[in-house]
Amino acid sequence: MRRLSPYLSSFCILLFAILLSIAVGTVFIPPADLWRVLTGQPPQTVEQAAVIVLTLRLPRTALVLLTGAALGASGAAYQGVFRNPLADPYLIGAASGAGLGAVLAMSVQWPYTTAGLLAVPAAAFIGALAAVFLVYLLGRVGKTVPTTNLILAGVAFSAFASALTSYLMLRSTGELRRAIAWLLGGSAQAGWEPVLAVLPFLVLGLVGLLLSGHTLNVLQFGDDQASQMGLPVARARTLILLAASLATASAVAFSGIIGFIGLIVPHLMRLWFGADYRRLLSLSLVGGAAALLLADVLARLVMAPQELPVGIVTALAGAPFFLWALRRAKNQGYW
Amino acid sequence: MLKIDGLSVSYGSRRVLHNVSLEVNSGEVVALIGPNGAGKSTLVRAASGVIPVENGSMRTNGSDLLSLPPMMRARHLAVVPQAASMPPAFTVWETVLLGRTPYLNFLGQVSSKDEEIARRALSRVDALDLSERRVGELSGGEQQRVLLARALAQSTPILLMDEPTAHLDLQHQVALMVMAQELAHNDHLAVLVALHDLNLAARYADRLALLVSGEVKAQGTARQVLGPETIAAAYGLPVEVIPHPFAEDVPLVLPSGRPTGHS
Repeated sequence: MRRLSPYLSSFCILLFAILLSIAVGTVFIPPADLWRVLTGQPPQTVEQAAVIVLTLRLPRTALVLLTGAALGASGAAYQGVFRNPLADPYLIGAASGAGLGAVLAMSVQWPYTTAGLLAVPAAAFIGALAAVFLVYLLGRVGKTVPTTNLILAGVAFSAFASALTSYLMLRSTGELRRAIAWLLGGSAQAGWEPVLAVLPFLVLGLVGLLLSGHTLNVLQFGDDQASQMGLPVARARTLILLAASLATASAVAFSGIIGFIGLIVPHLMRLWFGADYRRLLSLSLVGGAAALLLADVLARLVMAPQELPVGIVTALAGAPFFLWALRRAKNQGYW
Repeated sequence: MLKIDGLSVSYGSRRVLHNVSLEVNSGEVVALIGPNGAGKSTLVRAASGVIPVENGSMRTNGSDLLSLPPMMRARHLAVVPQAASMPPAFTVWETVLLGRTPYLNFLGQVSSKDEEIARRALSRVDALDLSERRVGELSGGEQQRVLLARALAQSTPILLMDEPTAHLDLQHQVALMVMAQELAHNDHLAVLVALHDLNLAARYADRLALLVSGEVKAQGTARQVLGPETIAAAYGLPVEVIPHPFAEDVPLVLPSGRPTGHS
């Protein structure tokens, strides 16, 4: 893999995933029709295709793409900050924290005003940050965060947060259906609205992450050495955690809790293309988008015409991968 | 040069460094010796700004190192930490280039000048041929050289080394100390080396400072510091000090009995 240009190959896979995601579903759009719609040619022969592509498939593809990008990049960042190859937005509780925050905001039933629409992502962001902070404190031993502690703390917190989330959902009435589908990671919400709403937060978080590659590289040497190499360690770490949690939270707020993308993608990218975080972050972003798109396509096909929430697909594929990675990390001491 | 004056450091209520004053001039190697827990590593960490200082000052040619932000401090003073603490997946080249961090913007963009400096640092420690290797694949001696190269890439006038010979075999211990000497004598760095091996310190350092329970008990030439009574008291072990058979003015410390208790 090292010989291939990492960017070229991952972009090709992403492009393939995007086209697949637009073409595949209850109604298959043949490549020729897809080409016509996308190039804006007269839609007489492909009227139905045009409607499906433009109002359903494209926005959904965009949302899944953004979500996957956020999960991949923030997973890489969490792994770097905690110096732990098994950190991931899902495993360290950031996703469930965001979920709890979001459901909390939904259960208050804000009116559909701008402030009301923003309440969900804002609450998700606060939830994600609180979760990361708490799990970090719980899992810390002295100055390091050992893998087992981090994951145990993350699992314990996630269980707690999920229980609270379920409780809130059982109590609430109106938004219940939406919340359940959302919680399972189904990007069923249609239209461009969620895409546009999530975009600013996501872009802010992702830009922050893409700029922190060098800082993450220096942080890999541990706090002492990083500081001796001239890095203001505490501030740098806080900024990166903020950006990663913002990206995670905005992904969760609109797509629900989707596990393991943030674990698998950075892990494979590191394995194939090396540990330089400047490269790893952008590759994990692209790879995360591609991986989630493919998972989403699978989710549409497995039980067609019914759809499976994509979170189920990523968990089914991700959990075994996680066990493999855990064994590997154990055998090698580090990664 | 590095001038430490009245430095005190506490971990919680326990005072681990007490009123330490120490000078390291440009062009000399000063060995910091002392028993386990005497505060050698603490002094290195305090001097490099990793842990807060309670009292005292640290100056270099007029600037107060303790009040500088990390980036500026890292342009004055570089640290070679104890071995086996590097991310194993980085290549040697990536690792050494990160030594340029104090001069880079937050994106870490390196110029051809930075690359040239990193290359010179690598060739200085005779490790240019390791460039493409991953750090995790290297032997202990090679890793130590990479850490030294990374510190040299920081282009600082002061170099602190924290027990750099701890995990090295005899050949690599001597090679590292010879390099420390060259860096001081030829390149005019001020080099402070925390060392366990008294004879290595006596042979390769220009001056010694003996740290016991957080205080400087003696400093000066090897002959002045390595007196049998001083060392016996510091380490709780009777010792014999004899002249070095091959080197003039260098004492040789040999244990001559059982430990007399915990010190």
